[in-house]
Amino acid sequence: MDVKTKDFVSGSKAAILDPQIQEALAKLRNGLGRGPRLASEELTPPVWQDMRQRASDIKTHTIANLDYYLEKLSDNVEKAGGHVHFARDAKEASDIVLDIARKRDVELVIKGKSMVSEELEINDHLESIGIESVETDLGEYILQLMNEPPFHIIAPAIHKSRRQVSEIFTEKLKTLPSDEVEQLCETARETLREKFLNADMGITGVNFAVAETGTIALVTNEGNGRMCTSLPKVHIALMGMEKILPRLEDLALFLGVLPRSATGQRISSYVTCVTGPRRSTDEDGPEEFHLVIVDNGRSKILADEQMREALNCIRCGACLNACPIYGKVGGHAYGWVYSGPIGAIVTPMLTGTVEAKHLPFASTLCGACKDACPVKIDIPHMLLRLRQEITQGGTLAKNGKAPWYEAALMKGWRQSVRGSRVFSLANRLGRLALLPLSRNGKVRRLPPPLSGWTRFRDFPLPSAKPFRERWRKGLKDE
Amino acid sequence: MTATSRKVSLFITCLVDQFFPEVGEAVVRVLRRQGVEVDFPEGQTCCGQPAFNGGFTEDAKAVARRFLDNFDGDQDVVVPSGSCGAMVKVFYPEIFHDEPGTAARAKDLSARTYEFSEYLVNVLGVTDVGASKKTKVAYHAACHLLRELRVKEPPRQLIEGVEGAEYTPMELEEACCGFGGTFSVKYSEISEAILEDKLKSLAECGADTLVSCDSSCLMHISGALSRRGSPVKAMHLAQLLDNREDS
Repeated sequence: MDVKTKDFVSGSKAAILDPQIQEALAKLRNGLGRGPRLASEELTPPVWQDMRQRASDIKTHTIANLDYYLEKLSDNVEKAGGHVHFARDAKEASDIVLDIARKRDVELVIKGKSMVSEELEINDHLESIGIESVETDLGEYILQLMNEPPFHIIAPAIHKSRRQVSEIFTEKLKTLPSDEVEQLCETARETLREKFLNADMGITGVNFAVAETGTIALVTNEGNGRMCTSLPKVHIALMGMEKILPRLEDLALFLGVLPRSATGQRISSYVTCVTGPRRSTDEDGPEEFHLVIVDNGRSKILADEQMREALNCIRCGACLNACPIYGKVGGHAYGWVYSGPIGAIVTPMLTGTVEAKHLPFASTLCGACKDACPVKIDIPHMLLRLRQEITQGGTLAKNGKAPWYEAALMKGWRQSVRGSRVFSLANRLGRLALLPLSRNGKVRRLPPPLSGWTRFRDFPLPSAKPFRERWRKGLKDE
Repeated sequence: MTATSRKVSLFITCLVDQFFPEVGEAVVRVLRRQGVEVDFPEGQTCCGQPAFNGGFTEDAKAVARRFLDNFDGDQDVVVPSGSCGAMVKVFYPEIFHDEPGTAARAKDLSARTYEFSEYLVNVLGVTDVGASKKTKVAYHAACHLLRELRVKEPPRQLIEGVEGAEYTPMELEEACCGFGGTFSVKYSEISEAILEDKLKSLAECGADTLVSCDSSCLMHISGALSRRGSPVKAMHLAQLLDNREDS
């Protein structure tokens, strides 16, 4: 997927001015944002906090020993009759998929929802060699018809109205327009059912891969994941290399943590566990099972002791729902696969582009994401670290350098806080400069680059008698 | 509590010093009424948070070193700001993690630094400071105070301790106001949209006073209240607690 994060500012402004997006985001706050809160309250806070801590500990342990668990997973998938492929980047990963598809003369692919597949742009690659690839998660299917990327990690089409869905169905599927959600779902169901039955290959993501058994687990609410893994003759599961859990009993914990944080459900409607291809005793299942383990920048994150915590992420989307910024700008402004707070961290590191430099700065560091995260990722502290990398130059995000005026302001500030005398003098000068712009102690218009403040807020005039002066001249001895 | 003699160093913050000195005066008076002796190390300027948040960590460290010198010793430090408090308590030990000597000093300072409401309630054990004011009060939980320092109840307890004051919580009490330092200028459209929700929630709760423990959030919120000519008065918690109306 092309990285468009350099357009964050224009994208965010457009989203703020779009009433439909704003309506969807407001609903999100009270919908997906509230559900997880209720689901955790139901458990009582100590139980939920204990689950979070255990989940966090397990992920941290696994990521710290990732090489060991990857090997174990790989061995056990092969023991179960599956094939394992390691891909260094998106290109290698999609080449592996295309290669398998060619060998098996695949014409039609059905796809489950998968964020890593967005990194690969696998649909486009398949189409380019003449293979039809159909998304089967309803939201993803709608967006595929509309040719748009996901707006939200778990609710990809949440920004679309039923009217827009009806319009795209009418245009692309030649159905009659409908205002009924049930009717629209029925249309999708009928169209997709035919695809399910005729597909030669299923591609899914992986929510969790259990190292000790070589099992991959998929969490869905539509049952499409189960169709993709069991109907076609070939199943390819794509996973980011961080998606491992050591033991099957860890999966039990995470199957409670993920849906609670994602949708507020105690457990998702469907949990699909796949261990290798169909065995002779099985009634159904694919003849071939491939697991493609994708790095695509993750080992760079792993190499950094502080930032590797980002690999604990289980892609539940809770941080998006909690974030005041995402709550206003939505998913597309972030310009790549991952949006919201977790996107602001992983996008600069995974894409390694200067263009992503807005993302770590477009945050108030309010910390709501950290509290919402089921695996306790300290996102605000990582954003600060990325800011440092960008401003001072580092290896994690390519050096974007601070804008010249910011660097100049910083230089001036550094001089002014050197000592209390210089500080007082600097502030007095500041007051003198602002005085002509003020009325009744309020500045109503500041010059650029500070004009953003006074667009809708007054700015206070520095006091004629700062605290330190009041202290010296009386308060001290009062 | 007034019988014990306590002495604290006041970390006033550059914002209060230069823009809102009346907040500082209220802090001093409220503390003194509790029998706390207040000292103001005059060499202090800023904690370095603006640089740190901008990614200028090396600049922030230089300022932080100065700060450590200014607040050397073993006296408790009180600061009327959750975010400047978080800089000292949470981020100083982090930014010096690879300098053992300085890290030890930072940790020591961190342990004896308290945000204003935290100091009153958790250290002095006071929730009624003898203040009185007839007003309906909404509270804005500043993000760093709530989610970095984990100070949640003390400000509310202190508000409820004010005679005549009615605490009327707004629905978005714990939501960010959209300030975020330079964020408010660099991404002012987003900042405005977030603040808009906060102001709506504030208007809905029917309060005539908005109280917070951070002058930066207050500067942000009151800047918009002032522009709109709103009658709601935004003030620091210390200013509410400094009220002694005859009721």
